[in-house]
Amino acid sequence: MSRLASNSFVAAGPEAPCFGLDATPATGADEVKTGTTIMAVEFDGGVVVGADSRTSTGGYVANRVSNKITPVTEHIYCCRSGSAADTQAISDYVRYYMDMYENTSGEEPEVKVAAHLFRSLCYNNKDNLMAGIICAGWDKRNGGSVYSIPIGGAVVKQPFTIGGSGSGFIYGYCDANYRANMTRDECAQFVKNAISLAMSRDGSSGGVIRIAVIDKDGVHREVVYGNQLPQFHDSY
Amino acid sequence: SPTSARHHARTSAQRHTMSSIGTGYDLSAGTFSPDGRVFQVEYAAKAVENRGTAVGIVCKDGVVLGVEKLILSKMLMEGSNKHIFSVDEHAGLACSGLVTDARQIVNRARAEARSHRSAYGEDIPGRVLNERIGSFYHVYTLYGHVRPFGCSVLVGVYDCDGPKLYMAEPSGVSYEYTACAAGKGRQIAMTKLEKLKVGEMTCREAAVEVAKIIYEAHQEMKDKDFELELSWICDESNKVHCFVPQDVYDDAVQKAKAALEEDDSEDEDEDEDVE
Repeated sequence: MSRLASNSFVAAGPEAPCFGLDATPATGADEVKTGTTIMAVEFDGGVVVGADSRTSTGGYVANRVSNKITPVTEHIYCCRSGSAADTQAISDYVRYYMDMYENTSGEEPEVKVAAHLFRSLCYNNKDNLMAGIICAGWDKRNGGSVYSIPIGGAVVKQPFTIGGSGSGFIYGYCDANYRANMTRDECAQFVKNAISLAMSRDGSSGGVIRIAVIDKDGVHREVVYGNQLPQFHDSY
Repeated sequence: SPTSARHHARTSAQRHTMSSIGTGYDLSAGTFSPDGRVFQVEYAAKAVENRGTAVGIVCKDGVVLGVEKLILSKMLMEGSNKHIFSVDEHAGLACSGLVTDARQIVNRARAEARSHRSAYGEDIPGRVLNERIGSFYHVYTLYGHVRPFGCSVLVGVYDCDGPKLYMAEPSGVSYEYTACAAGKGRQIAMTKLEKLKVGEMTCREAAVEVAKIIYEAHQEMKDKDFELELSWICDESNKVHCFVPQDVYDDAVQKAKAALEEDDSEDEDEDEDVE
């Protein structure tokens, strides 16, 4: 039933493939650098979500074209950071619950309902999970909405949000360049620029930039390949 | 064994004087009659038909519910034995029929609303609550070891799509209405409701209409005393289900009594007899 692009890994042990925050094994050996940059921005009529595509196990890039943007319903997507296994399992549950909801109530659920479910799962199982999720989408009553569910299971609605290890490098850029009431294309460019900057500084983020624009008509997905990334300086 | 059941049915049937008896197919909800009826469910509906009237109206700014609560003793405390319940903040339920059966329905409705909120973080939508209540009623019409509920419930909900009204009956059937009624005065109430333009009314106006209808419906059971229960969920109450404020209640009762006087009086000169 999963509509995910397959990241077919067996997740086990400290070398488990994850994209997200740094994880230090209890043995005190070298840090397992894991990474991701994920982002979502709301505009009038929808949202733009974006992510890099690098999955790393230690210094080895296990998948350089992974898809970290996952559908939950037709108009609600989530960006996953942290343990791949954990976030895949959580998003599978939420997709199932949203399917049940749509069947019994006859209507597509609102983004806040999906965010509530993500948060319930993340909070009630916080001891066993490492998952930082951005839940974003469009519903007819509220338009575009972005919800951030960081590790621990808090949920907060924001006009835009960034996550993953790469996000630390772009807080300044985002704060300086975000404007309220941007158009869809301005939001998409904002996301591409920000993720590109994160990818150029964070060793754990890289590959291509995947973008999804969600509005009332559905989803439009885009890929920005390595040679088309926004550049901010020619030589260094 | 079937033989002894039939024998027992024949003797009990002989004791009945009603015309629509099941003659042997009416002993349990687990049995159909040859013409495809489940008599226990029909008998449950009779329990509703003999009790106080309940009326509900959907207005442009909310839902109003009213119940004719028959008072069986002069020593009953005013306001006790309520027939209108809150299911959640945004949903209320009025019953006609066996109020004790209705309390079981209310408990179930409250549990469903609570569990929806717990799972999905939002008010339960009216149509979902309605379906759950209808299904719950229906389960009790399937088996012989339980009996159907002897009450109809009117459920008023103000959800994100606006104000809604549903009525669930002992058979498990539960539809959405713009206005509906249950109980002894159902026919009178429905006739009057059809003439009202409910979609253009405010809740304040509808409260008066509900009171008028119930006072008129009470004429069927004139010999018994009654208390009017009136509740609403509307913009004025901040979309919270509650009994109407005292001033609205008093105004509605006064106008209802006056309307009765007008109907009764054959004089050209009418005194607004305020009791």
